[in-house]
Order: sequence, then structure tokens, then C-alpha cells
Amino acid sequence: MTQVLEIDGLTKGFSLHHLEKDIPAFENISFAVAAGEFVLLKGANGAGKSTLLRTLYRSYLPLAGEIRFHSSHGLIDLARAADVDIAHLRRTEIGFVTQFLTARPRVSAEAIVAEPLRLAGWGVEAALKAARTALETFGVKPDLWAAYPTTFSGGEQQKVNLARALILPQKLLMLDEPTASLDANARGALVTRLQELKDQGTAMIGVFHHPDDVMHLIDRIVDLTPNAVPQEERDDVAL
Amino acid sequence: MTLTLDAPRIVETRPLLEVHGVSRSYGPVKAVRNVSAHAYPGEVLGIVGESGSGKSTLLRMMNLEEIPETGSYTLDLPDLSGNLFELDRFARRMLCATKIGIVYQNPHLGLLMKHSSSGNVAERLLVAGERSFATLRQAATEALDASEFPLDRLDAPPIELSGGMQQRVQLAKAIALEPALLLLDEPTTGLDVSVQALVLDTLKRLQQDRQITMVIVSHDLGVIRTLADRVMVMRRGEVVETGLADQIFQDPQHPYTQQLVHAKL
Repeated sequence: MTQVLEIDGLTKGFSLHHLEKDIPAFENISFAVAAGEFVLLKGANGAGKSTLLRTLYRSYLPLAGEIRFHSSHGLIDLARAADVDIAHLRRTEIGFVTQFLTARPRVSAEAIVAEPLRLAGWGVEAALKAARTALETFGVKPDLWAAYPTTFSGGEQQKVNLARALILPQKLLMLDEPTASLDANARGALVTRLQELKDQGTAMIGVFHHPDDVMHLIDRIVDLTPNAVPQEERDDVAL
Repeated sequence: MTLTLDAPRIVETRPLLEVHGVSRSYGPVKAVRNVSAHAYPGEVLGIVGESGSGKSTLLRMMNLEEIPETGSYTLDLPDLSGNLFELDRFARRMLCATKIGIVYQNPHLGLLMKHSSSGNVAERLLVAGERSFATLRQAATEALDASEFPLDRLDAPPIELSGGMQQRVQLAKAIALEPALLLLDEPTTGLDVSVQALVLDTLKRLQQDRQITMVIVSHDLGVIRTLADRVMVMRRGEVVETGLADQIFQDPQHPYTQQLVHAKL
């Protein structure tokens, strides 16, 4: 299988200067993810699952280790890559799906969803058309497409968020509890879309509060609980 | 300690804007000390910091209104080379009129308050050499329209307009000549929340549609978070930290940045 990501000795902690305290998050994490592979992160609250995702996306700066990403431009260490390179990869190859929509005031649902396409150079009309299809897939009613999601319910906002985050295929996708606040239909649409992306070769790393939703997508589990059994030996362990 | 970042390897274009080692004192006060900054084409660089941190001074240097004691400034544009701080006054004025747009916090700095709004925008084009009245009027109208200024108020002087409208006239003037660089000094400070949202939305749209490189100075972290790709944190004339906007807000490294982020409501 083609490797997409190799995480090697990754360590993250936070220095809180006002408390003069260092708070460790995780230490010496190593695993790899191949194209089309879905890795589930496991561990109790506070084990560092979300922190790991954010570190891989470089919203957090790692303290040590390497995040070797096989980009279309060649191998690059995301732990050390220049900000401008990270920004470029986020626009083109690396996606992050959160549990919250960052709604901007006065921007319509369809415009929010179309934005990644516009940034990738699509024309206005084509992008809006694709955005509406995506909104429909996730069950957002047509009369809401031109409305501002700032006033939507949590569930509707999350549908807009998913439509946007998954509209373009990515090489690597981080999923941070994307099913939180979703109804059954939208969860179904999400799983279908993730399966599609997986089939197209997207490598995924996810944190799910209820992994049952995505059970059949999971290829491997990485346990972040300190002193957990190494992941290689857990390949066939049930959840 | 965090890791030291590599030089860019994927993005091969040069930064549009590069400021290197600039310092400026006012009497005994060192407003800006040995500051370097860059912005890539189409990128939005946010500069945050408390009052007196030197962020506005730095922005005025980028608009060539202020010449530092030391340091260099380059813009990667055709027919333009060398340190822009060394240009003579005429060349500087021409460059600012044609390639750089600026929106000030105080509209009085950027506009003639008793001239018509369209006249204010057209003045920009006049400086750049346009002489046909019809063309001036047309270009001014288009720029005001792009800034979402109501076109039935074209002839109203800014003094008769609300703060939000005045900012739109400034913005129209700044973008009339399709500048390569747009500088924004606290563009929404003092505006009420709904008007602030309108101005931010306009800026975001302009940035997406026209890929203008922007440098925005603000002490409002919400504004910076909405607009900026990268953020530079200044304190007492120095840069204490730079990084991707989400990293600065979610994982600030420097004690001052942590204090600033934690102070946000």
C-alpha cells in the first residue's frame, strides 16, 4: 500500500507561562497511515486524541518528532514545514473536519460550502451548483441554502460544516468527532461520503465518540492511552 | 521548546512584500525595533499587539509614509526593484497611488470629507494619470460598487455618511486601481457590530475574488481571526511571535501571546 503519512516519535505538550507549568499531551507517538486507510484514535478523555489531530494539522506545534507526509510535491515533514507550505497543503491535500462550523457573519450556507472550490479556482456558478448538491446530500433543506448559518441549529450548522469540509477530495483527512449533534440521516450521508473518499484513496485519521457509526470503515485502531499495547498488535482487536 | 521551521519547499513563488530589519525611533522612544515581515501573493497577514506596540508605524512604513532609520522594503512587482525606502518622493507617491491601497481607522486621514464620495475615489485615478471624466466616473462607480457602497449616494460627501459608509469609500479608493497590496489599519474599530460584519465580509470577498495581498493591523483578535492567514504578534516595537492564524490562537507560544489570547472575550 502507498504510504501517505508516517508519524515518528511525535511529542506534544503545552507550556502555560502564567502558571509556569508544562502540561504534557502525548509522548513519542509513532504510526503510519496508507492511502485509503482509516485509522481510529482511541483513548479516554484527555488522552490527547484531538490534540494529536490538531498537531498533525499544525494548529498545534509539536515539541519533537516527525510527521512525514507524502505530498504531491514529494515528502515533507509537517512538523517543520514552513507556514506557507502548510497553508498550501491545507488548501489542496489535507483536510480537517471539526464538530463545529466556523460561520462568518453574513455569509450564506451555499457560499460557505462553495468557498473551498472557489479557492481551488472554480467559477462562481459551478462552485455554487456543487455546493447545493453537497448541501442536499447532507439533508440541508433548499430554503436554507441562501440563509446565514450563524442562526442555524447546531445540527444544521454541522451539516453545512460537513458539506464544506468534504466537498473536495483530499489526500489526508482528519476527523474530530464529526458525528456529534447529527441526526441518523446525516450520519448516514457522512458515512457514505467517507466511504467514497476512502475508495478514492483518501487516508483518514478519526476520533469518534460513538465509533459504531463508522465501524465498517475502520481498518486500524491506535490507542493513545499511555502504556497501551502497541497498535501493530491491536489490528484485529474489536472496539 | 518547539521545532525550528524549515524554509518553504512547496510554495516556490517569492513573497510579494518583504520588510527587513526596520527600526524607527521617535525621540527616545523606539517605536519599531529591527522588525522583519513578509507576505506571499494573495496572503492576508494580520498584525496584532497592544497600543503602542509599533504595529501602525510598521504599516505606515509599508505605505511609504514613514521612512525608517534602518532596514529595507521590497515589493516583488514588474519594473520595481531595490529598496523602496530609497525612492524619491515623486516615485514613492506614484507607487502608493498605483500599487498600494490603504484604509485608515480614521476616515479623515484617507478622505477629503467635503468632496463627493465618487470624487474621493476618482482622485486616486487622477493621480495615476487618468483624465477622461467619463472614465473617472465609471471607474469610481465600479470601485464603490465593489465595496458595496449604495450607488444612489455617489455624490454625497463622506462627512454626511455614517462611519461604516466612510470606510467603504476609503476601501473603494484603496482598490480603485487594483493595487497589489492593500493595507488596513484598524478598518473596523469604532464601528458597531453589524457594520463591522459588513466591512469584514466585503474585505473577505475582495480578497477571494481578486487575490489581493493584505496586511491588516488590529487589536481586535476576532477581526484578525476572520481575515488573516498568518499572524504576527508585536510588543514594544518587536515581533514576539509569528505563525498560522489558527496556531497563534490555539497554541500560542510566547508568554505575551498567551496573555493576549486568554484575554479575548
